Amino acid sequence: MTKTIDARGLSCPQPVLMFLEAVKSPEDTQFEVLVDTEASRENVSRAAESRNCRVTDIQETGDEYHLTIVRKT
Amino acid sequence: MIKNVLATRTGIIVVGAVIGILAPLLQKLGNPGNMGICVACFERDISGAFGFHRAAVVQYLRPEIIGFVLGSLAAALAFKDFRPRTGSAPFVRFVLGVFAMIGALVFLGCPWRTLLRLAGGDLNAVLGLAGLIFGIWLGTLFLKNGYNLGRTQKTHAAAGLLMPVVMAGFLMLMLIFPQIEGVPKNDILFYSIKGPGAMHAPLLISIGAGLLIGFLAQRSRFCTMGAFRDFVLFRQTHLLTGVITLLVVAGIANLVFGQFTVGFENQPVAHTQHLWNFAGMALAGLAFALAGGCPGRQLFMAGEGDGDAAIFVFGMIVGAGFAHNFGLASSPAGVGPHGIAAVIIGFAVCLAIGFTMRKK
Repeated sequence: MTKTIDARGLSCPQPVLMFLEAVKSPEDTQFEVLVDTEASRENVSRAAESRNCRVTDIQETGDEYHLTIVRKT
Repeated sequence: MIKNVLATRTGIIVVGAVIGILAPLLQKLGNPGNMGICVACFERDISGAFGFHRAAVVQYLRPEIIGFVLGSLAAALAFKDFRPRTGSAPFVRFVLGVFAMIGALVFLGCPWRTLLRLAGGDLNAVLGLAGLIFGIWLGTLFLKNGYNLGRTQKTHAAAGLLMPVVMAGFLMLMLIFPQIEGVPKNDILFYSIKGPGAMHAPLLISIGAGLLIGFLAQRSRFCTMGAFRDFVLFRQTHLLTGVITLLVVAGIANLVFGQFTVGFENQPVAHTQHLWNFAGMALAGLAFALAGGCPGRQLFMAGEGDGDAAIFVFGMIVGAGFAHNFGLASSPAGVGPHGIAAVIIGFAVCLAIGFTMRKK
């Protein structure tokens, strides 16, 4: 299952906390995370790596980043 | 997308080391003892330079602070990281800034100076550091329970540029009304003729160091509050590595410069009331955690267009006015006459903010 997390406009640590909360439920294997600062993109990516996940794609549109994160199997 | 080298582990170590060398060097070149850089103290001095408080020994328009904001702006523009934004509970951030400053001035230092005091052998800073970590830990409890000041909104580029423009204006004032040797005031700006406010590195060196640190810190997201918060919240040691590097490198630099003296007594711009060193910094730590950044980080965020961070900075500058006008700030003699009351009120306000501003 894919879960979407909209963390736009939120400053750290909120985006990371939202991702870590979402990653707890084992049925979700893919996460689409929306953030709008580079710091949040870096922090969420770092948190993903630390939770056995991989950032497979980052789309940059205007001032926003769309991260695709997949749980490693 | 440009790879951000400074956001790597090596990058954060380099930034910690640069600050760890520059701060003791600035002290060597004239800044006050164990205060090569102190964001809280320097904003307090700026408040004094404008006459928002009249503590004659702490009045100087510190160019480092201006450099931090402008250096951060330069980095944000150079790497397409300038994000004008505002609107996440600005007045709450202002109030947090006021009490962050009051707490910091009861201890006598921001988190950066806590590290620099420790690196200079001031053991009172152990209490300050413990308080800081305790305050941040309290903050993480609120974060875990849904504390959230809400989303920011994108805003006009000009709105994001306003804080850097204000800082550039402050620099202009300093050039138009420069310090006159032995004179406490040049037209509108106050200048200390004795005390810590009279101690400063040459203007060009101060602004240069500020610009360099601002540039590097914006790229690396260096934050002393974030360092402890991220470790407590998710055992993440990224920022903490930078903070530890700062401490170790500054300690070595102080030994090299002969600025290292171990002990509790007679430390520069410090007092020995352990409980209030702890409690003051605990209040500051809680306020930083609720506002999402240490005072340095707030300046860097303000430089990259975050209007809410700019509000926090001005909360701290106004807080310094309250702290000195109301006798809340400590001195080497100990806590001020109303310092203890202010810490208690500060805790009541910050805890109320943490409890009531939650989203389920």
